[in-house]
Amino acid sequence: MNSIVCIKRVPDSEARIRVAADGESIDPSGVKFDMNEYDKYAIEEALQRREAAGEGQVTVVTIGGDDARETLRQALAMGADEAVLLRADVSLDGLPIARALADEIRDRPFDLLLFGKQAIDDDGMQVPAMVSELLGLPCATVVVSLEIDEGHVTARREIEGGHEVVEFDLPGVVAAQKGLNEPRYPSLKGIMAAKKKPLEEKDVELVDGGLELVELSGPPSRPEPEIVGEGAEAVPELVRRLRQEVKVL
Amino acid sequence: MADVIAYAETRDGTLRPVARETVSAARALADELGGRVVAVALDGPGSADAARELARFGADRILTAEHPALTNYHPDAAVQAIESTAEASTAAAIVFPASARGKDLSARVAGRLNRSLATEVTELGVEDGSVVVTRPVYAGKAYAKFRFRATPALISIRPNVFPVVEQQGDGVVETLDIQPGEARTKVTGTEGGARERLDVREADIVVAGGRGLQAPENWEMMDDLVDALGPQATLGASRAVVDAGWRPHGEQVGQTGKVVSPSLYFAIGISGAIQHLAGMQTANVIVAVNKDPEAPIFGVANYGIVGDAFEVVPRLTEEIRTLRDSGG
Ligand SMILES: Cc1cc2nc3c(=O)[nH]c(=O)nc-3n(C[C@H](O)[C@H](O)[C@H](O)COP(=O)(O)OP(=O)(O)OC[C@H]3O[C@@H](n4cnc5c(N)ncnc54)[C@H](O)[C@@H]3O)c2cc1C
Ligand SMILES: Nc1ncnc2c1ncn2[C@@H]1O[C@H](COP(=O)(O)O)[C@@H](O)[C@H]1O
Repeated sequence: MNSIVCIKRVPDSEARIRVAADGESIDPSGVKFDMNEYDKYAIEEALQRREAAGEGQVTVVTIGGDDARETLRQALAMGADEAVLLRADVSLDGLPIARALADEIRDRPFDLLLFGKQAIDDDGMQVPAMVSELLGLPCATVVVSLEIDEGHVTARREIEGGHEVVEFDLPGVVAAQKGLNEPRYPSLKGIMAAKKKPLEEKDVELVDGGLELVELSGPPSRPEPEIVGEGAEAVPELVRRLRQEVKVL
Repeated sequence: MADVIAYAETRDGTLRPVARETVSAARALADELGGRVVAVALDGPGSADAARELARFGADRILTAEHPALTNYHPDAAVQAIESTAEASTAAAIVFPASARGKDLSARVAGRLNRSLATEVTELGVEDGSVVVTRPVYAGKAYAKFRFRATPALISIRPNVFPVVEQQGDGVVETLDIQPGEARTKVTGTEGGARERLDVREADIVVAGGRGLQAPENWEMMDDLVDALGPQATLGASRAVVDAGWRPHGEQVGQTGKVVSPSLYFAIGISGAIQHLAGMQTANVIVAVNKDPEAPIFGVANYGIVGDAFEVVPRLTEEIRTLRDSGG
């Protein structure tokens, strides 16, 4: 079972995000970066499939700057076999990323092409399905369970109030949601081994997707918070405010 | 012609709540662009009546396809239908709901048409003839404004953000000739669809509970509150109680759960961790009930009550029942 897993380096979910002075990017100072949480489920799935099959390669691919090398090493330490860094300046537009990934992946042999369901920086939720269309492959997004039986995939994806069952034949695309599995932590042995695994690097040219960033700003400020009172006695006053002040009841 | 296509999501032959928002948002955009609204509704047999209703929200053309193969979501046929509609009407924009299906489909269409897509848009307009959108990024810790330099502009709108506006459109109903062939991706069924309550993203009022409620059986009083608030209300949860197995993952609000924008959000026994705030800080009005006056949730709440949930929640239910009984 050969898998390709697309991963991204993103700010940690705890990070305080401040817009930089240019109004177009975030201020990276003090921000801790990590592998995108959902991409860890994708890697774990690829590793488990390889282990169950007893053969196969897991290739991780990222588009990013030099610091993304660290994220690839992390994936290799988890157990991936080889890594590819496509060096480019990444914007908040998913289409150029999907195009470049599709171009890189097109001529590689694989059974499963795995993604996270969402990158927690651009929150685009789009690269996996875009790549599937660009490559003419079947695809299931937001996947919480996956069965593969002789090349036939049965996936469950999360929808409002339940799950949708999606089926297709390999090769195909799966975008992982939390719940798919429990990602492993790299072992010390894994970290040592990762240093000797192949990591290919090359520059790529991203196309212009036609989505122009006008401005990045902080979130709209919330109204001044107010404590209505203490305990159950405060409830009538709260209800009055909800009815008369903000008219939501 | 600067037409705007709206993907009107239906399920089991009825319009999803967000379908009205999608068509209303498309109408507002089409008015600014001077074009028509083309609504596309794909579903199984017997769904055309629901689609006809879209004229009331400003649809000029309503393209329906009723086919047994479309009863479940059919991504390949839907991509095909939207692609051919976009080509035939030289659309300026295509508006999807940022629902589970809308997000999946919009990204496929974007790949097929080779056009950029803005997800979970919260503001939509036209400047100097181009479509501009604003959308949250970094889990709502920042907002990005974009201008589309190519058409069609692909957009998915965040549920519960855009108003439903009743405005009569021409409402010409046409039937799309869809022959769904052998699908690459087959949706063979849904599970757990028979739910009694609205999804947390669709509800107008969300009553969310956290670890402060102490045990799963204490959700009985939360249920009572939701019942008192009426059919537009539903339950939400923090990750702590989902991870503990007290509540289903579908209720989780936050960075790794769902992002909600109801008109009223109750956070009960929830501390207000940054990952939780990421999922609810665009709610119109936030009410926090917490026994710790220092809990960070009070920093984003319009109104707070410092107190024990086990006293406050039943009292709240009682007051709201009284209010509803008196016709309020
Ligand atoms: C990568 C990552 C992603 C995450 N994603 C999410 C997410 O999507 N959603 C999410 O919610 N969290 C998420 N978290 C977890 C988050 O950091 C918090 O741990 C979680 O939100 C805490 O849940 P809680 O507020 O219910 O529990 P706690 O933080 O334990 O808070 C319980 C609160 O209840 C109050 N309380 C106790 N007893 C009572 C009482 N009787 N009456 C009233 N109040 C009482 C306490 O004062 C306290 O404030 C994520 C964390 C990480 C690392
Ligand atoms: N720069 C990138 N390099 C590699 N994979 C990426 C990149 N951006 C996004 N992806 C993949 O696409 C998924 C969804 O990202 P997005 O559509 O941006 O939310 C991520 O979880 C990754 O698996």
